[in-house]
Amino acid sequence: MPHPETWLRPTPSGLFCEPGGFYIDPGRPVERAVVTHGHADHARPGHAAVLATPETLAIMRARMGQGAGATQQPLRYGEALRLGEVTLRLVPAGHVLGSAQVVLEWRGSRAVVSGDYKRQADATCAPFEPVTCDVFVTEATFALPVFRHPPPAQEIAKLLHSLTLFPERTHVVGCYALGKCQRLITLLRAAGWDRPLHLHGAQQTLCRLYEELGVPLGELLPATVANKAALKGAIVLAPPSAIADRWARRLAEPVTAVASGWMRVRQRARTRGVELPLVISDHADWDELNRTIDETGAPEVWVTHGRDDALIHALALRGIRGRALHLIGLGEDEDDALPAEPGASPILAEPGAAPLPAPEATA
Amino acid sequence: MSVAAFAELLERLVFTPGRNAKLALLRDWFATQPDPERGIGLAALTEELVFSVAKPAMIRDLAAGRTDPVLLALSHDYVGDLAETVALIWPERQGVNAPPPLLSEVVEALEVTPKAELPTLIAGWLDTLDSSGRLALIKLITGGLRVGVSGRLARVALAEWSGQPVEALEELWHGIPPPYGPIFDWLEGRAPMPDPRDAPVFRPLMLAHPLEDKDLAALDPAAWRAEWKWDGIRVQLTAGPGGRRIWSRGGEDVSAAFPEILAAMDFHAVLDGELLVIRDGAVAPFADLQQRLNRKTAGPKLQKDHPAGVRLYDLLFDGGEDLRPLPFDARRARLEAWVERHAPPRMDLSAQIAFASVAQLGEVRDGARAASIEGLMLKRADSAYVAGRQKGLWWKWKRDPLSIDAVLMYAQRGHGKRSSFYSDYTFGLWRPDGEGGEELVPIGKAYSGYTDEELGWLDRWIRNHTTGRFGPVREVEKALVLEVIFDAAQLSGRHKSGVALRFPRIARIRTDKPASEADRLENLMAYVESREAVD
Ligand SMILES: [Zn+2]
Ligand SMILES: [Zn+2]
Repeated sequence: MPHPETWLRPTPSGLFCEPGGFYIDPGRPVERAVVTHGHADHARPGHAAVLATPETLAIMRARMGQGAGATQQPLRYGEALRLGEVTLRLVPAGHVLGSAQVVLEWRGSRAVVSGDYKRQADATCAPFEPVTCDVFVTEATFALPVFRHPPPAQEIAKLLHSLTLFPERTHVVGCYALGKCQRLITLLRAAGWDRPLHLHGAQQTLCRLYEELGVPLGELLPATVANKAALKGAIVLAPPSAIADRWARRLAEPVTAVASGWMRVRQRARTRGVELPLVISDHADWDELNRTIDETGAPEVWVTHGRDDALIHALALRGIRGRALHLIGLGEDEDDALPAEPGASPILAEPGAAPLPAPEATA
Repeated sequence: MSVAAFAELLERLVFTPGRNAKLALLRDWFATQPDPERGIGLAALTEELVFSVAKPAMIRDLAAGRTDPVLLALSHDYVGDLAETVALIWPERQGVNAPPPLLSEVVEALEVTPKAELPTLIAGWLDTLDSSGRLALIKLITGGLRVGVSGRLARVALAEWSGQPVEALEELWHGIPPPYGPIFDWLEGRAPMPDPRDAPVFRPLMLAHPLEDKDLAALDPAAWRAEWKWDGIRVQLTAGPGGRRIWSRGGEDVSAAFPEILAAMDFHAVLDGELLVIRDGAVAPFADLQQRLNRKTAGPKLQKDHPAGVRLYDLLFDGGEDLRPLPFDARRARLEAWVERHAPPRMDLSAQIAFASVAQLGEVRDGARAASIEGLMLKRADSAYVAGRQKGLWWKWKRDPLSIDAVLMYAQRGHGKRSSFYSDYTFGLWRPDGEGGEELVPIGKAYSGYTDEELGWLDRWIRNHTTGRFGPVREVEKALVLEVIFDAAQLSGRHKSGVALRFPRIARIRTDKPASEADRLENLMAYVESREAVD
């Protein structure tokens, strides 16, 4: 049985499956791409042929129009397909709508490339399904034991409590337009918030698409800053970058919240000017990463991006071989003030502070 | 209510920048929490109740006992703050169904538990709490709450919540210890206002506004009085049949740190003054006084080497008579007569400075270079002594800060909210290295003055230009020029450079200036002042 490292290998363009002739989540335009999900660090524009779930393809079309791939091939969860000499299946990853793990088989050896994933319940997408394999390729965004995401209902309760404390203030929640935004909406609905939710312009397209794809979100209204009074006591969902800019400052005494797994480390949240950190993440936390790896039964784990040092150390303690792939372009620089998925704003600047040149590296 | 509720309040307070929002959170706390929890929580926030039963090492050992050392080290390095690391990494135990402890239970147990049993007790509590609760508990028992809630802010919140005047609260505050049962009974209408009787209570201080140019132009020399603004710590001395206290500006009791002053307070009065180190009538620079601050007690050697004195500014009570409604001139006359009469040891009058015009006063200000002087105080002749910072009554007119372009040499992680960032900077100036070349000599350390954006920038610069590591300290390439401003420069035997800066802070990052063009030590020496006092 061939070891997966003989037929699946990291390249500067991304993970390449030799006998299948395709890349998974390539960071540069390629002939043939298999895309795990629609986040910008995984789904790049300009590929000649793209294979993904129908939902991911729809998301890519909504986000990049013509750039979503010259030819698109939808593959539903669970259906097997032969590409070259390789059999390929997409299995739910529980990350965002349409997100999939890529299950690859070649000559009796099986590798699973999980893309991004989580194990917490999410009403907007199908739950993660563990698949046993010889090599499990995992992310490690939150691979430090300090990252344990609390139950999201508890975080939503904090937001609702804040609305009772400050009923006059607009609560702006910074969240990514794809996935986090819609998940927050379903969480708020589940907590009994049946009033309209207000959306920053950047959040509207994907919310509409989610509804078209069968995820009901309730009444959504555009958040027009001009109508300040109507937004008193309202919840506004906006991209994280809008939290820090003038847009948010024009609202009625906004309470700025951010929903992200990074909010778990309060020291970091605070320097960003976040007033109400909500620890809600679409990535697996430390416990979920370790449990998932154990469930796949894989004797070997490859880490695409994130805190590979801690995860590989923990795996070694229980006899699992770990390998860091250091794939370029996935995730963000760990040293950033608030590393996050695409769209995060840099550290909050003081109003009027002069822009500084980028510190150039010596190495 | 338990530590968990307190943790939620703490977390909101830490993240809430606005004063009004902080007040709203505190009002909600008073309205929703039972006694004695709300009083204990309040005292913990304002640091009237401070525990330091657990050392950081004990907390680290507790976590080390339950986690892998490599993972703990990686986590600590990422998070920065030890208390937060332990709170986050603490493995939750399945099947723990004891409820989280009440604040009052924590306080009680800490008092009666023998030292050897503390780790077990604390670990048991940590098992019942979530990460926010664990962080609150760890900060509470290691004495590092630091949430930025002053006693004053808390009392304003109490006043707003209850509808009682804040001045009344201020007056009786120090007469009644935490958890303030009689105060809450009064505020909720169950009992009359408590009477602190002769208890030595803190009276809120009158504070000054910084003087701006437009105010200066409107200043009528005839209606104003000038004094030096001494660079010590502002204190209130309270003595009478009920006891003696030295209060800091914020109403903290600092009596125990200055026994020689307390011993000299053989009178029945309330005085306002500046606590200073005074040797033979001359005021020493602030660095000297610093040796006496943040100490619980002061031994005979410290008292001898750094003798404390109080320069008197004002007389608030003479015996039982409240002088605060009188105009400043009248109080000043009473103060002068009182000093004549009592001549208390270790105390003297803050002299008044005669001036005929604003221009003349400006010259006086600019001429004062003694390290012990921060600038001038201007007091309106007819101003009553009123609590707080009321505009137009008292002005402070500080000297312009001095400035120097220095080279960043070392950086260290900060504390609290900055602990993930390299935010403490050691910088230096050029001097001859004795071999015909130039070397940098460190002259000071600054950890303020920059914006959040500049902090982020500096942090990244430091990580990208590290040339060496010594524990938490990084040495950096000597390539970045910082404009540092400071209030004074003093000779110092304890510093390698021979100079110490008073209140240095970063004014600007000078990416435009090569390190070789930074200032030289001799430029700084030109600022060093004589240690002679000016009066
Ligand atoms: Zn993703
Ligand atoms: Zn990703």
